[in-house]
Amino acid sequence: MAKSTPVRKAWRSLSWLLVITLGLTALLGAGVLWGTASWAPKLALDLEGGTQIILAPQLEGEQEVTADQLSQAVSIIRQRIDASGVSEAEITTQGSGSGQKIVVSIPGVPDDETLSRIEASAKLEFRPVLVSEAAATSAVGEDGTETATPTPEPTPSVALNDVPTTSPTSASDLAYVTDALADQYTNFDCASEVAETTNVAPADEPLVTCDDLGQFKYILGPVEVSGDTISDATNSLVTTSAGVSTGEWGVNIVFDDEGTEQFAEVTERLFNLQGSQNQFAIVLDGRVISAPTTNAVISNGEPQISGNFTQETSKTLADQLKYGALPISFTTESTEVISSTLGDSQLRSGLIAGIIGLILVLIYSLFQYRLLGLVTMASLVVAGVLTYLVIAIMSWRYGYRLSLAGVAGLIVAIGFTADSFIVYFERIRDELRDGRNLVSSVEAGWKRALRTIYAAKAVNLLSAIVLYILAIGNVRGFALTLGLTTIIDVIIVVLFTHPMLQLMAQTRFFSSGHKLSGLDPDALGAVYRGRAQFRSPAITKTTPGATREAARRQTIAERKAGALTGAARDTHVDGKDS
Amino acid sequence: MGFAKFGNDLYTGERSIDFVGRRKIWYGIALLLLLASILIPIARGGFVLGIEFRGGSQFQVDNIAGVSDDPIAAQDLATDTVNATVEDASPRVTVVGGDGIRVQTSTLSPAEANEVRDALIEAYDVPAAEVNVSTIGPSWGADITESAIRALVVFLVLAAIVMALYFRTWKMSVAAIVSLVHDLVITAGVYGILGIEVTPSAVIGILTILGYSLYDTVVVFDKIRENTDEVGPDSKRTFPEAVNLAVNQTLVRSINTSVVAALPVGAILFIGANALGASTLLDIALSLFIGILVATYSTIFIAAPLYSQMRENEIPRSQKNPKSDAIDRTPVRSGSVR
Repeated sequence: MAKSTPVRKAWRSLSWLLVITLGLTALLGAGVLWGTASWAPKLALDLEGGTQIILAPQLEGEQEVTADQLSQAVSIIRQRIDASGVSEAEITTQGSGSGQKIVVSIPGVPDDETLSRIEASAKLEFRPVLVSEAAATSAVGEDGTETATPTPEPTPSVALNDVPTTSPTSASDLAYVTDALADQYTNFDCASEVAETTNVAPADEPLVTCDDLGQFKYILGPVEVSGDTISDATNSLVTTSAGVSTGEWGVNIVFDDEGTEQFAEVTERLFNLQGSQNQFAIVLDGRVISAPTTNAVISNGEPQISGNFTQETSKTLADQLKYGALPISFTTESTEVISSTLGDSQLRSGLIAGIIGLILVLIYSLFQYRLLGLVTMASLVVAGVLTYLVIAIMSWRYGYRLSLAGVAGLIVAIGFTADSFIVYFERIRDELRDGRNLVSSVEAGWKRALRTIYAAKAVNLLSAIVLYILAIGNVRGFALTLGLTTIIDVIIVVLFTHPMLQLMAQTRFFSSGHKLSGLDPDALGAVYRGRAQFRSPAITKTTPGATREAARRQTIAERKAGALTGAARDTHVDGKDS
Repeated sequence: MGFAKFGNDLYTGERSIDFVGRRKIWYGIALLLLLASILIPIARGGFVLGIEFRGGSQFQVDNIAGVSDDPIAAQDLATDTVNATVEDASPRVTVVGGDGIRVQTSTLSPAEANEVRDALIEAYDVPAAEVNVSTIGPSWGADITESAIRALVVFLVLAAIVMALYFRTWKMSVAAIVSLVHDLVITAGVYGILGIEVTPSAVIGILTILGYSLYDTVVVFDKIRENTDEVGPDSKRTFPEAVNLAVNQTLVRSINTSVVAALPVGAILFIGANALGASTLLDIALSLFIGILVATYSTIFIAAPLYSQMRENEIPRSQKNPKSDAIDRTPVRSGSVR
């Protein structure tokens, strides 16, 4: 019984490991067949190169860019890129003075979604609708030249009154619609060039604009709630009040206290108004993305906005809102493919170093632990396979990119992983020295080693989690690698190394303590007892008390170690039998 | 084998190295190393920070013929040209858009920048208008540093709490954190002493050491916890002796672990130092190599003696008070060998 239980447990653990490995392989395989995954992990900027995007600030008139604004923009852009995955982008500024630009280098080729994620200002405003109508859709002038569309250039006509005749009492007051504004509105063409570019008006003035599809045009009142008051934003499927999903994607906004109050005020007023004035417009970078009617007073500060969102665009907008609007707008000045700074040679050097390192570890393990060293090696290989699979899956699902620093981190992980085995093997040896037989030494040593391993790995995992959550940029990629290898390490030692030893303890080669097994009790100094004693399987007592007693006995062993006589040896044997 | 015998003797206590007793010597050595790690870099004028931290100069050469045929040769040409013109510019060369070369260097004086510009014009045989000189800001900006430091502080506080709960004494936390700080200061100090450029890779290497140092300390402390749990009124061993035995018993583990961890890093270091242009490997491997050795050393020579020293004063008290935690968990057994 004492023999069969560990064996059965061992096989069960090994089967679990096989299931995990096959599961990961199947997941990745499915990704390769039907998804965008590839068998090899993607490489980061330093190893593979990528795309360099130069963003120039879009300035209006006399506007000047300050260094503060630029560094704020860099920080926001970095957070936005980080939110889309762990790609280790490189963001820096270039030039000086008014010619300053932001240079974003990202691995791979960015799609439009990525580009808009980076450069969109994401200035969100809530404005009440004053007037709205369906935009005139002229089939003929659709792609017309400049002349085809009336030019609503801001040439303030003297004849038209552009100052409200009565001063407006609220943001919904139609007194804001001056003659000049009405004229601009009438001539405003959603398909025109002017409407295409970002439409801005000062926060305390009305705005004429269209929705993002160009189907409606609006005159909007001054800003009532601004995007600065958003404290969090997420995306999810829109559900009706009955809890049924409409299949539409929406962005859930959480306002801070100030925003909540302002938003409640607006909805309270609009709720009592009729027609267009009942609507409030959600304006993103000057275009209306949604203009819902106010059906209720929203006082909890957590509205959900819907529009023409897909899962991707709603996620992008939520991320943009969460990290705040860029202080200035940017336009993409150039997008160019860049090569890696390090290239294949460095990666190759790194991999060669890794292989040499592994061979050195193997030689040292064999020297120290004889054939047990092979278990170390096998465990490291299995750990390597799991790590590779997980990294490949991560680079498919979460945009993880392996940089040279990451490769070095993985090589260092060899040391961390091997330490679990070393701690374990040393504990087994300690138990053997205390005179246990091999099977019970493996079990008792495992109990003590596992506690140490869990404690030490928990500290590692803690550092990985804290760094991943709180840090930004390259540090996050490092934290991910560290956390990953720590978890895999624990999986390996529990599901592979320990079961292997349980099985090996059953073989004659190891249980008889062959000189090459690395578990030879003679060599380990378990000489205090007769050989017959520690081979007998009868002394398997694994209660904590016995363990402690063993330690106590060993206390005496040490006390008497100075003058180890035959008499002392007898005392020991007696002591054990008691 | 000699080493196996060594391990056995350490385990039984037949052979014992007095780590705890001679702590004044170890503290003295640590103090000297720490002072050197702090004072020498200051005397040398601080750390040499890489372009990623400080920003620098950028040279963009456009419309070069033949770049797409052999981009690596074109990159190497730029590296060699810059290195031949200015010392310590640490150029990073990238091929941009197929026929352009971008060279980023540490900040150069206008005179140096002109020299590099002329050298590049000559090397690539392009008209002067094709070379564009500008400055670049840091890619590892203050925001990344700030967030990393904030994360570090949070981690250290959490780690200290977790260790205090696990070991049921805050003194182990203090000892572990002190030895961690020792490791970080010395590892960082080596960069300052040797004047090696600190790059993001080096910083990440130092962060790895942070994890490794605590990890190593926890492993040894767990053995100390096991051994000192046994220390009671009827124990023949004093507290420092119990700690010292634990350190000796885990000494083989410590040696084996540090060797196994250092071997692959040593391989990177060796390749990085010898292979051409593998400087990033060198950056990260250096901090790791030093860090691993220092971390293993400090657990044995600083953390353990420090912990013992903090606990020594309370031993008489715990002997008077049988309700002490340590005694509760090891009830005196009757029928012992004695």
